[in-house]
Amino acid sequence: MMEGLIDIASWLLHPAHWSGPDGIPARAWEHLALSSVALLLALLVAVPLGLLIGHTRRGDLLAINLANLARAVPSYAVMVMALPLTLSLDPRNGLTIYPIAIAMVLLAIVPILVNAYTGVRDVDRELVEAARAMGCTESQVLRQVELPLAIPVIVGGIRTAAVQVVATAALGAILGYGGLGRHLIDGIARREYDRLWAGVILIAGLAILTEVLFADVQRRLTSPGLRIARTGAAAEASEPR
Amino acid sequence: MTSAIAPAPSGATPEGGSGRAATVEFVHVTKHFDSGARWSGTPGALNDLSLKVPAGRICVIVGPSGCGKTTSLKMVNRLIEPTSGQVLLDGVDIESRDVIDLRRSIGYVIQQTGLFPHQTVIENVAAVPRLLGWPAAKRSARSEELLALVGLDPAAYGTRYPAQLSGGERQRVGVARALAADPPIMLMDEPFGAVDPLVRERLQQEFLRLQRDLAKTILFVTHDVDEAIRLGDQVAVLERGGRLAQVGTPEEVLANPASDFVARFVGADRGLKRLSLVRVGQLRLREPATARVGEPATSVRDKVTGAFPYVLVVDDDGRPIGCADPDQLTGDGSVTASGLVPASPVLTPDTTLRDALSMLLTAQALAGVVVDAAGRATGVLTIDEIGDWFRMEAGRLRAGPSGTGMPAVG
Ligand SMILES: Nc1ncnc2c1ncn2[C@@H]1O[C@H](COP(=O)(O)OP(=O)(O)O)[C@@H](O)[C@H]1O
Ligand SMILES: [Mg+2]
Repeated sequence: MMEGLIDIASWLLHPAHWSGPDGIPARAWEHLALSSVALLLALLVAVPLGLLIGHTRRGDLLAINLANLARAVPSYAVMVMALPLTLSLDPRNGLTIYPIAIAMVLLAIVPILVNAYTGVRDVDRELVEAARAMGCTESQVLRQVELPLAIPVIVGGIRTAAVQVVATAALGAILGYGGLGRHLIDGIARREYDRLWAGVILIAGLAILTEVLFADVQRRLTSPGLRIARTGAAAEASEPR
Repeated sequence: MTSAIAPAPSGATPEGGSGRAATVEFVHVTKHFDSGARWSGTPGALNDLSLKVPAGRICVIVGPSGCGKTTSLKMVNRLIEPTSGQVLLDGVDIESRDVIDLRRSIGYVIQQTGLFPHQTVIENVAAVPRLLGWPAAKRSARSEELLALVGLDPAAYGTRYPAQLSGGERQRVGVARALAADPPIMLMDEPFGAVDPLVRERLQQEFLRLQRDLAKTILFVTHDVDEAIRLGDQVAVLERGGRLAQVGTPEEVLANPASDFVARFVGADRGLKRLSLVRVGQLRLREPATARVGEPATSVRDKVTGAFPYVLVVDDDGRPIGCADPDQLTGDGSVTASGLVPASPVLTPDTTLRDALSMLLTAQALAGVVVDAAGRATGVLTIDEIGDWFRMEAGRLRAGPSGTGMPAVG
């Protein structure tokens, strides 16, 4: 046990593992690049769609059912199912980056869409009506009232998506895309268990960092007024920050 | 039934704005929520409502829960569109107005939950000016002015969030927010419903004080009859099914309920409620026989009349010390401060007749001394005079809403 940990630590600290195209920085960079691109694409699709559905309350059933369907299909299956299409579109990269990217985007869309939709839907109707009554246009209602009030929930969805993507992006190595998953695949293939476990630790560490980062973003984007309302004014008054 | 409510005197110069106000008129307004008419015969939320609110006046719409009060308010800013009929502002059908412009020119106050929790007090108050594109400096100046107007120190409250305010403070911010762009019309939906009775009374008084200066046209919804008669220039009583049961001044509604429903709704104590509409200062008060300490008793005795058979003894500044029974002012001595009956209750011109009566009953007295702001005695009020007022009012109301010229019926 102890020896195993020492083996993993010495693998992680070995200078040779920190350079070159198979080094930790290069693999981490690939991992992050894939995760960021997937998250960004998912954001572009899911946030506007979720806000729109939440605001208009139209198409919510369809969206939720599609999201649940997407949730039910494992990412690995998505990758395999995407292969024929991506290969026919781009024979060179169709085997590597595209299938994993598609799987990651789908994975990320679900929590972002669901949270954006429910976050906006659950905003107090009285407040929305008050905004309308004072002469907000529909887009002003959305931007000035629904969005800021739903921000904690929306960013919560993005946070979940980001962590899931970072943890699952290791699958990319199966189809020959790099990333930290490489260390897992190679570790198993070469029976280098120190390499395997180092990969596991690196991926877990990255996922935890992502979680911490987005938790911070969530806190920063949430109006202090909402935090006070949730924790209670008395508590806030007694311990000012 | 027509009511006798004249428009507010024009040329009132409010500190908070330009003083423009608009008339609001409902013309045969009906609302059915299931206009698909799948069930014919479902009661409407509003049934043929016709009502005219003069510019600069407060119309209180009152009625039991579910009778269509909120629905009628929301028709004015088009949150709800009528099934049939029209709402006119200054004679113009609101259907012809741009709905966004219309709403920005109408203040809307709901219960304290209507404040935006993610915005500070200043941001909440500046909401409509922000929509109207006022520059930031003008917005914050206006917000501060309004907070001061509703009795909140801008420096202490401006940067707080709604969650850091008491119920009463939130309500003040709600009123300030509705006033921000100086709208000619204000819609208020049970604005003081969620605060405790003491705070509510303070808010009501301050609201009336504000309105004296601002002279907005206000539609105010409540289910509380006492609030309606306290605040309304005009009271519109709605009954279930959205029918207008009666409209008139509070006095008219209390004195002559148009139906059993109205009579029951305003309550068996409507006589007492009428008394709360009148203040002691509005009555012609009787001058008591007064005497200063040291005056010769004989000359004082001669001043006493039948209606208030006592001598009110006052100090050098005219402040009451107590009452003396003329029979005790014997011989040729002078009036002394000893042996007097305390002059209680002490009333002010602002005391309502209802409170005055209650104080008289509590003190087991037939008369109370009325004093001015400096504490000087200006007259006495007897229980008989309260009865006289009732008889006179009965005659005035019988003479018609304008109430001219009929002598009191004894
Ligand atoms: N959006 C709506 N859809 C269907 N019925 C409604 C709606 N709003 C109000 N109603 C009905 O209309 C009637 C009047 O409601 P409302 O104006 O809110 O009453 P109030 O404010 O006097 O309590 C009630 O019976 C209520 O159930
Ligand atoms: Mg209501």
